[in-house]
Amino acid sequence: MPELRDLYQEVILEHSKAPRNYRQLAAANQKAEGFNPLCGDRFTVYVDVEGDSIRDIGFQGSGCAISKASASMMTQAVKGKSKAEAQKLFETFHKLVTTGEANGNKEALGKLEVFSGVSEFPVRVKCATLAWHTLQAALQGKQESISTE
Amino acid sequence: MTTAAKLPQAERITHPVGLDVEKIRRDFPILARDVRGKKLVYFDNAATSQKTRAVIERIVQYYEQENANIHRGVHFLSELATNEHDQAREAVRSFINARGTKEIVFVRGTTEAINLVAQTYGRANVGPGDEVLITAMEHHSNIVPWQLLCDEKGAKLRVAPINDDGELLLGELHKMLTPRVKLLAIAHVSNALGTVNPIKKIIDCAHSQNIPVLVDGAQAVPHMKVDVQELGADFYMFSGHKMFGPMGIGVLYGKAELLERMPPYQGGGDMISSVTFEKTTYNRLPFKFEAGTPDVAGAIGLGAAIEYLSAIGMDNIAGYEHELLAYATEKVAAIRGVRLIGTAREKAGVLSFIIEGVHPHDVGTILDQEGVAIRTGHHCAQPIMDRFGIPATARASFAFYNTKEEVDALANGIRKVQEVFS
Repeated sequence: MPELRDLYQEVILEHSKAPRNYRQLAAANQKAEGFNPLCGDRFTVYVDVEGDSIRDIGFQGSGCAISKASASMMTQAVKGKSKAEAQKLFETFHKLVTTGEANGNKEALGKLEVFSGVSEFPVRVKCATLAWHTLQAALQGKQESISTE
Repeated sequence: MTTAAKLPQAERITHPVGLDVEKIRRDFPILARDVRGKKLVYFDNAATSQKTRAVIERIVQYYEQENANIHRGVHFLSELATNEHDQAREAVRSFINARGTKEIVFVRGTTEAINLVAQTYGRANVGPGDEVLITAMEHHSNIVPWQLLCDEKGAKLRVAPINDDGELLLGELHKMLTPRVKLLAIAHVSNALGTVNPIKKIIDCAHSQNIPVLVDGAQAVPHMKVDVQELGADFYMFSGHKMFGPMGIGVLYGKAELLERMPPYQGGGDMISSVTFEKTTYNRLPFKFEAGTPDVAGAIGLGAAIEYLSAIGMDNIAGYEHELLAYATEKVAAIRGVRLIGTAREKAGVLSFIIEGVHPHDVGTILDQEGVAIRTGHHCAQPIMDRFGIPATARASFAFYNTKEEVDALANGIRKVQEVFS
C-alpha cells in the first residue's frame, strides 16, 4: 500500500510552503499558462530565453502542494539549461512520476527524485507535471492556455 | 474497528427513533467493503449515492426475466416490460405528487432535463432583449444551457447574488424579477454549499410576476419530501443516481399545460403518432419527449429506489440527516484552522470546508488514505468558488446510511491532514 510520506516528502512540503522563483519575470520573453480544470490548479510560467538557453525562470499561480512544489523545483532544475536539456529532463521526470523509475537517469534528476512517490498516486501525476507542461508550452511559444484535460 | 469504540461513554451515539441505520447499512452492499485497508467512509453522496440491494437485484431481475423493448411488441415480454416501465413512471409521479404520469418525462439525468427545457421551452419563449434569471449558487448544468440559449437568442443571462453564508439575497432576487425575465432557473439545494433555498416562497413571488420557474432538484430529492404541486414549480428535475437509483436515468417534471405547448426535443421512434415524408404528428405526453428506446432497466431501478425510500419515509430521512449534518458541522468547525464554506441557516446534506494552508486536493488524497471518500475541487460550480475567493473546497456530503462514527473518522482524518502539513 502506498505511504503518504512517500508522496508528501519533507522537501516537497517545504517547497510548497515557500516556493522558489515565485515571481513574475520582468525580463520574460516567453510565458504560458497551465490549467487543470479538474482541480482548478492554475500556473503561469515565465521564461527569459537567450538563444537556446533558459537564462531565468519564474512562476506564479495556485495549486496543491504537489503541483506547487513541482513548479518550484522545476524552476531551480532548468535555470541555466538549454531548451533541449530542459525537454530531456521533463521526459525523465515524467517517467519518474508515472513509473517510479528514472530509467538510468537518476543523476540528471538530482533533487527531483523526491517525486518518485507520485507514481503510487496515479491521480496526482497531473499535479506533478502541470508546471512542466506549461514550461514546454512557453518554450514552444504557444500562446493559448494549456490544459491537462 | 470502529471509531466509536474509542469514544468515552458520554459521546456514545444515539440515533433518532424510526431509522435503524445499522439495518439500512446492510441494505447497501458496497458499504461493507474496505478501501486502502480501511473501512470505507463514503461521503461523496452529492456526486453520486450508493445503491441498495433492492435496486441492484431489481435491475438483474429485469435483464434476466423481463427484458424486451417497450411500446411496440405484441409478445409477452414486451407487454411485461412496458407495464413495469409504466409502473416506474407512476412511482415517480406519486413520489413527487405530480397530477399525472404525463407530466413525468424520463431523461438521462438533471443535466439533460435542463437542456431539454432550454432547447424547447427556452427556444420557443426567449427572444432578443429577454432575460433568463439564475442564481450565484447554480451548478454548471444550470448555467451553461442558459448561456447557450441566451447567446443564440440575443437574450441576457442575469444572476441573483448570495451573501457570505451562501444564502440567496431574496430582496435582490425579487428586484430582478422584471417583465423581461422569461424564466427563473434555480437550485432547490446547492450542491457546493448545501444551502436550501426557500423555493416555495420564491416560486410564489415569480408567479406573481407571471414568470415561470424551473427548479434543479438534484440535491433536494434524495434528502427531503418534495411535492411539486405544493411548491408550484413549473419544471422540476432530478437524477436517479443521486437518490440511490441507477446512473443514466433521471426525471423531468413539467406542468402538463407547458409540456403540451412545447416543441419536441429529439426526433425519432416512440415520440411520434404518425410519420409521412410530408408531415409527422407527435405522440401524446410524456412520449413526445422520449425519442428512441429509453433506459427501461434504469427507470425500473429508479422505481425500486423510490419504493425503498418511501418505506423508510422521506421525513424520517430528513430528520436523521439534519441531526447528522449538525453533528458534522459542530465537529469539523471545532477543528482549529478549518473554515466552513456555506453556512446558511437552512442546509441539507453538504459540508464544504477548507483547511488553512492546505489545498483541498491534498486534503482529498490524505483522507482517501484513511478510507474517507470526499470530493475536492470546484464541484462544477466555479462561480461559487470565485464568489468566496477560493480555488476549490473539500466537500463531505451525506446520506441517511452515514453515521456519526463516520463523521468522527472524517474529523480524525482532517487532524491527520494537519499533522502531515504541520
